[in-house]
Amino acid sequence: MTGTFPAVELRGLSKRFGACVANAGVSLRVAPGTIQGIIGENGAGKSTAMKMLYGVYRPDAGEILLNGKPCSWSSPADAIAAGIGMVHQHFMLAGPHTALDNILLGAEPTRLGLINRTQVRQQLEQLSHQYGLNVDWDRPVEELPVGIQQRIEILKLLHRNAIILILDEPTAVLTPQETGALFHNLTQLRDQGKTILLITHKLKEVMTFTDRVTVFRAGKVTGEAQTSQTNPQELANLMVGRKVLLNVEVQNAKPLPELAIDVKHLNFTGSRSRHQLLDVSFSVKRGEIVGIAGVEGNGQSELLQAMLHPRDPNCRSSGSVAFLGHDATNWSARKIRQLGVALIPEDRHNEGLLLDRPVSENFALGLHRDPEFNCAGILNSRNIATTATRAIEEYDVRPPELTMPAGKLSGGNQQKLIIAREFHRNPKVVIAAQPTRGVDVGAIEFIHKRIVRARDEGAGILLISAELDEILALSDRILVIFEGKIVAEFLRGNLDETTLGLKMSGS
Amino acid sequence: MPRFLQPILAVIAGLCLGLAVTWIAGENPWHVFKILCMGALGSPYDFGMTLFYATPLVFTGLSVAIAFHAGLFNIGAEGQLTLGALAAAAVGALWPQCPSIFAPLAAGFAAVFAGTLWGAIPGWLRARRGSHEVINTIMLNFVAAGLSSYITLYLLKNSETQNPETRAIGATYMIHQFAFFGGAPVSLALPLAIVAAFCVWFFLAKTTWGFELRAVGQSESAARAAGISADNVRIIALSLAGALAGLVGVAEVLGNAGRFKVGFSPEYGFIGIAVALLGRNHPFGILAAALLFGALHKGATALDLETEHVTRDLSLILQALILLSVCAEGLWSWMAKRDVSASGGTGGASVSASRGISTAREDARPTAKKPK
Amino acid sequence: MIAQLLASTLRVATPLIFAALGGMFSERAGVINIALEGLMLIGAWAAAVGTLMTHSPWLGSGLGMLGGILLAAIYGFFVIRLRANQIVAGMAINMLAFGLTPFLCKILYDVTGSTPAIPIADRFQSAPAYFVWFFVALAFAVMKFTPAGLWVSFAGEHPEALDAAGVRVNRVRWAAVLVSGALAGLGGATLSVFLSSSFSRNMTAGRGFMALAALIFGRWHPVRAALACLLFGFAEAAQIRLQGVVLWGTQPIPVQFIQILPYVVTILVLAGFVGRSRAPKALGTPFQRG
Repeated sequence: MTGTFPAVELRGLSKRFGACVANAGVSLRVAPGTIQGIIGENGAGKSTAMKMLYGVYRPDAGEILLNGKPCSWSSPADAIAAGIGMVHQHFMLAGPHTALDNILLGAEPTRLGLINRTQVRQQLEQLSHQYGLNVDWDRPVEELPVGIQQRIEILKLLHRNAIILILDEPTAVLTPQETGALFHNLTQLRDQGKTILLITHKLKEVMTFTDRVTVFRAGKVTGEAQTSQTNPQELANLMVGRKVLLNVEVQNAKPLPELAIDVKHLNFTGSRSRHQLLDVSFSVKRGEIVGIAGVEGNGQSELLQAMLHPRDPNCRSSGSVAFLGHDATNWSARKIRQLGVALIPEDRHNEGLLLDRPVSENFALGLHRDPEFNCAGILNSRNIATTATRAIEEYDVRPPELTMPAGKLSGGNQQKLIIAREFHRNPKVVIAAQPTRGVDVGAIEFIHKRIVRARDEGAGILLISAELDEILALSDRILVIFEGKIVAEFLRGNLDETTLGLKMSGS
Repeated sequence: MPRFLQPILAVIAGLCLGLAVTWIAGENPWHVFKILCMGALGSPYDFGMTLFYATPLVFTGLSVAIAFHAGLFNIGAEGQLTLGALAAAAVGALWPQCPSIFAPLAAGFAAVFAGTLWGAIPGWLRARRGSHEVINTIMLNFVAAGLSSYITLYLLKNSETQNPETRAIGATYMIHQFAFFGGAPVSLALPLAIVAAFCVWFFLAKTTWGFELRAVGQSESAARAAGISADNVRIIALSLAGALAGLVGVAEVLGNAGRFKVGFSPEYGFIGIAVALLGRNHPFGILAAALLFGALHKGATALDLETEHVTRDLSLILQALILLSVCAEGLWSWMAKRDVSASGGTGGASVSASRGISTAREDARPTAKKPK
Repeated sequence: MIAQLLASTLRVATPLIFAALGGMFSERAGVINIALEGLMLIGAWAAAVGTLMTHSPWLGSGLGMLGGILLAAIYGFFVIRLRANQIVAGMAINMLAFGLTPFLCKILYDVTGSTPAIPIADRFQSAPAYFVWFFVALAFAVMKFTPAGLWVSFAGEHPEALDAAGVRVNRVRWAAVLVSGALAGLGGATLSVFLSSSFSRNMTAGRGFMALAALIFGRWHPVRAALACLLFGFAEAAQIRLQGVVLWGTQPIPVQFIQILPYVVTILVLAGFVGRSRAPKALGTPFQRG
């Protein structure tokens, strides 16, 4: 980097939200024409720093320099004008609108006050050819596959002449093959002079695709390195600050003959027929962990809905679902819970917790009809309080305050609270969907250990996860789901990640 | 900021603004304020009338609040109370000879039944058809007005007068009126209202159904995942809301007029919304808020006579301004530099009255999520 | 008779269409508008007062629009700036209008609750029933072909995307709310200066809510909403024509049954046909960056 200014430099950036310090003096530099990885646990502050770079937040202190010149923005519009573009984790696309409209938003060329769509179309065709990003311009975005939606997001940036591209967890929803295509595109962009900042928590990607890495922890930058000169263990330690075992020790399973879950010929069609389940059959014995591996959006949500409670009343489903030998195909969610089925939902904010209510009430949610907490319709608050206190102590939920609104806990603590609740009744059937998504490394360890302990105590566990490492580490049997069908089955120790990745993408 | 400070500030703000309006009208605001106070509290009769206006407001306030706790907006209390009163009057008029042990109970049950029905309809429509209860309840208000007008004028008309009212109910139906309010019709409906408030509090804070109702109001998806039937909860919530509003029939027909008069309600249903919000949807807060709004209403009736430019519509203006002040939670929390989130023990039934405030949390989102 | 009924329908639907168009802008931008009733009422009052003063229905209507804009500004302040609950604030605005309008009548004319009659020469004869359709076409064109329309649509569907694209979401919402005040106020003006001859207490009689229902029936689309208003207008026109008419038996239909007909139709329509149609996704959620 001698002789030239860094494309992006952050000096001493700080930001606080009320009592929470998100960034405390963040400094980093990015050379032009490189791909820089920005890694860190959830809540480490990397998103905040990038959002300040992009103009969403204003820094409380510190400087942002582009090519050596200090800049400040009052809104993303300024950052966009300066050549910075961001592809967010949650795509900024309005479903019913076309790709064309989504891209031209905010930069509409007009003729006599009316939008000139033809002009934009021409410009986009050009960009599409230049960078190899093909998109169908006129279909509503919600009908397009996720990989294409991401391309639209990138084209948005290019259309605005972005020189610096920030991508926030871009591969979370892509198959290994789509990920490869994405990085092929990113490499092309880099070679044509763009600077790319890649926010991610996937160490493997960082090692394979980046030129340099910056590590965040607790609101500060704890390390920076040339990718070729570091390794995942070193990076993980910089992220967490102590030696972290990336693998949990798992003994071989001793399954009982009783079937915890038995699913036969399950079909499911949502009212928007894109999402469906086709003739899915599998079983889970008590005392074993069956993992369902698959990229998000291949039917996992539908599987949960078909088994437990459909979110969409206009759906159609057929087939049978049995828990512990009882045919539960048309049972209400309440009856299924009464049978002893525990659920760790995939979206803990919308399905697992009442965010504004205190921890004690959240602990009682779902258990509130149990005779332990309920006497003829009246809640036994004292019992709930004592049991909840014991539980959050056992599961190390921090801070251990019963009256704190659940929404104020961090992701990992929220998940531990949910698990404390669900495992309270020593369930014989556990369905865990994305149990460690958005959870920090320390809590992941705890949760994995607890799941394995439940298995050893005789529970049958269905683990649905998009994290390959998790599936590989915990599952005794692995089923691969792709486009609503089970396409492969593996036993522990019988496969490698490449084969798994290939099956997950349908080959 | 303690929970009850914000409503008090809202009331003060609303009153100040409203009295400022009267100053623009050419009246002395202090003079107007004195009339309001004297009119509400000046004599046993005045205070009695204040209590008389407050009692139905307790019922409608509870009605709106219990729906709010389930995440539903009951704008239909007006129609529910109309039909409740009509039902009570109808029973009383059609069976005037009913023995006095049963009579008020029978009429009371009829009132509750009619109100429940008028609440169950939008509840069912929301649960099974997904159509939003705000529009449905508003429409049903108009339907109730038409129905009650028809029944009163065509089926139960009091032939002794020109007024649009039903025949008188049998004497055995009337409930006891307290004597020490100088003739104001303060009846057993008042203690009934207080008991109702206590029952609603107990229901919400201490029972399983109340827990489930509040859970659905907080997060429907979380409640569903926990095995709670959101559809059933919604129907029950609006039915209970209708039942509570129907109890106004007891206060009006059995405790006051002895018949159903078309248009007897000075917008009790709509003002109930303001009462519920000012009382932060807490039954005990609602008692206080109902008393305040009853006082405002009574106080303002004197304005027509005692001022030149100010009419009794001022009470509606004041109530609107107080309501606006209450729902400006963003303003209060900004002033107090505090997060807008409700907190409370397991038994607390306080709920943040303002929904739809999105607070973004940095690390609270999962790392990878497919866009819907 | 049919021609009369159709003409009647067009006239009666006019205030509804204005209000529904106003509601459309607001709701497509993500702001629920329960306050249409109050906005119409203020517009009706202001237009009546304006016409009495200036003897011109056009100027009077302008004043009606202004009244709607001012009241909408209060509404906008509470729901956009203070992020108050939109349904509650809307009801409060309605209450305010219900209370203010008769109050102001007393101050101006010393009559409680209504204005004096407006002479027939100073009122509209038929103009609004025609130029309302110009507004429908304008609304359609704005939403489909202009950047402003795209911004409104995104503000209600995905405000984060609009913000990320560099457009101030809350400014768009403010504009939409003020426009809804202007249009609803104009609708109210047609009530007092076109369909009747003065302002009287609570003269909107639920029309603002009916316009909202028509909007939802029309799936938040300007042309479909206008057609839905025609449907409701037809119900109201039929009610006026059928009063006193003997359809079967010996008694004429009780007036109350005809009066409640439009409201019942609304409920059935909402339950049967719209059911779970797709509202703008961010409808009702205040926007805060971050």
